[in-house]
Amino acid sequence: MKTPFKLPSAARVRRFAADNVVVLIFLSVTAIAVPSSNLSASYIIQDLLTRYGRNAFLVFSLLLPIMAGMGINFGMVLGAMAGEIGLIFAVDQGIAGVQGLLYAVLVGAPIAVLLGWIAGQVLNRARGREMVTGYILGFFMDGVYQFVVLYLMGAIIPITSKAITLSRGYGIRNTLGLDSVRQSLDKLLKLELGPFDLPMATYLVIALLALFIVWFRRTKLGQDMRAIGQDQTVSHSAGIPVERTRILAIVISTLLAMVGQIIFLQNMGNMATYNAHRQTGFFAAAAILVGGASVAKATIPNVLVGVGLLHLMYIVVPPAGARLFGSAQIGEYFRDAMSYAVIALALALHAWRKRANAESARAGLRGAASGAVQPAKTEGGAE
Amino acid sequence: MNKLKTAVADFGWPRIIIFFFVVALFVAAPLVGVRVDGALSDVLSRFGQNGILVLALVPMVQAGAGLNFGLPVGIIAGLLGGTLSMQFGLSGWAGFLGAVGISLPFAVLFGWAYGLLLNKVKGEEMTIAMYVGFSMVTFFAILWLLLPYSSPNMVWGYSGTGLRTTITLDGYWTKILNDFLAIRIGRFFVFPTGLLAFFAAATGTMWLFLRSKTGTAMTAVGSNPDFARAGGVSSDRMRLVSVVVSTVFGAVGILVYQQSYGFIQLYQAPLYMAFPAVAAILLGGASVNKASMVNVLVGTFLFQAILTMTPNVINSVLQTDMSEVIRIVISNGMIIYALTRKTKVSK
Repeated sequence: MKTPFKLPSAARVRRFAADNVVVLIFLSVTAIAVPSSNLSASYIIQDLLTRYGRNAFLVFSLLLPIMAGMGINFGMVLGAMAGEIGLIFAVDQGIAGVQGLLYAVLVGAPIAVLLGWIAGQVLNRARGREMVTGYILGFFMDGVYQFVVLYLMGAIIPITSKAITLSRGYGIRNTLGLDSVRQSLDKLLKLELGPFDLPMATYLVIALLALFIVWFRRTKLGQDMRAIGQDQTVSHSAGIPVERTRILAIVISTLLAMVGQIIFLQNMGNMATYNAHRQTGFFAAAAILVGGASVAKATIPNVLVGVGLLHLMYIVVPPAGARLFGSAQIGEYFRDAMSYAVIALALALHAWRKRANAESARAGLRGAASGAVQPAKTEGGAE
Repeated sequence: MNKLKTAVADFGWPRIIIFFFVVALFVAAPLVGVRVDGALSDVLSRFGQNGILVLALVPMVQAGAGLNFGLPVGIIAGLLGGTLSMQFGLSGWAGFLGAVGISLPFAVLFGWAYGLLLNKVKGEEMTIAMYVGFSMVTFFAILWLLLPYSSPNMVWGYSGTGLRTTITLDGYWTKILNDFLAIRIGRFFVFPTGLLAFFAAATGTMWLFLRSKTGTAMTAVGSNPDFARAGGVSSDRMRLVSVVVSTVFGAVGILVYQQSYGFIQLYQAPLYMAFPAVAAILLGGASVNKASMVNVLVGTFLFQAILTMTPNVINSVLQTDMSEVIRIVISNGMIIYALTRKTKVSK
């Protein structure tokens, strides 16, 4: 039913502009802010290079659920929590360096799979409103995470290190120093290119993930996900296990978010135990939407462009605000407002277009009924 | 027995469990040395304090526009009213009523624009509403810094510009409704007559509105849009009305909340204010497409009872403060429960 209707060329132009309006708005704001920020080009580029390594993996974790037609997986924060639990154990066991990160991934993986499976079950019961449900699920699990980390760890779950527990004897401290694993992945293969430091090992991991996604799309499971993203009923009649595939999409997304959060935190070097995951979903969603993705269609270039654009804005807007308005605070509110607005706008545009498509399809059917026009169907769906 | 079973299934197990949890809290309170009359007094005042914000959700649910996660749009209108009224130097009743009066045109304007947007995105209102609310709150955070407010009680002391994060209402209209004709019984119990009367009046207004011609048409649009259209009701118009009414109640609701709380909270504070209200109405038995006054009253009371009683009682029992965890799990669990429930109206 979701076949695009053939549009006349003027409408096509308008549609192209509408398709990219989010990116265009974002680009123009950033273009104004870059010169007013008064930051040197090399500072901006170095910061961007660091932020690519830190954030890209997390943003990639949103791709599969979008492919499976489940929208933006705001429930990815569940994976972030699993990663944090992994890191807590790695620090507690005193395993340093890349081994520590691997240990964190190994501990986090079963937790992420379990949480992803739960999230998938919940989202299957909330069809048509996966995004808002996933978002609230993140809040809900935040409560559970707090319960486990603040009350059970050290009381029931054995924690050996006194340094990371609260003075009352159980519960993890508000800030967890990650000195033992700090930037261990970033420093593993450091390339100095002129004035810039490139964390090649991190980039390599991200590149491997991109390759994995390219490969995954061609597998049977990947094809099934795309089919479900197009039409659940048709996929079901074609013998695709719809519910199971949707759960798998969420489980993989949660697993990737778990690894992504560990990469993110090893770069940051310390972890706000109870807050580190709160903004994860927001940043990732804003990044992928700024990159031109929609709720129903996202590609690897969307991720790469989006991370660059979003973080370019995050770097330049506070100093620009300080220079233009005399207050860096204004810049900080402004970049948050921009990111929220971009998410709202991208979601609204998509919903709007979907309705417009449905209406024009219906108009096409009406035309066919009177025998005048053949409805333009069977055009290949959006990739 | 079967009747009981269907009644239980209709009401939902989570609500019943929470209901008994609240009863258990009240029973346990005297055993651990918490005064029941004092606690009840707290619950009553918080009931009135939060009630109108919960009430604001009803029209949009009835019109089929879902749970209004964009409640901050109305809250911002209320904040504008409150701060402007202070800026004009109004205090006491003039201040409070002035704040309500000033906030109304903003609420109508914001609600209208917000409603137009929601009409374009039917079926996906909730996620979009949430992000519209978020962007509105952060955008206004910039305005609180830039708008030319000058009253020394509101702006930062050293720079003389930009509103403070929290502004005290002392000397303006702190607890003006709470203290109006309040009845004190014993040392610990105060019945906030004015506050509850105001809440009752608001509930009555909403009840009458839903039974008016417009209200009935709105409900019809929510229950069956095609049927309503066949009856000559414009679905878009009714949804727009519902969003405007919801936003206006949101604006009044935050002003009532603040006079009871004693402070105006700006900047990031309104960001997540829609969620407790949503949790409360769902706790009261509302679903994503049906809500009544009873849901509002029961839900707000239960929710506030949990928030008030758990810190006292659980802390005394367990010697640790687990109330935050309980609050997060119950309120968000309730929302997930409602969102995942199979609704009778098929989509």
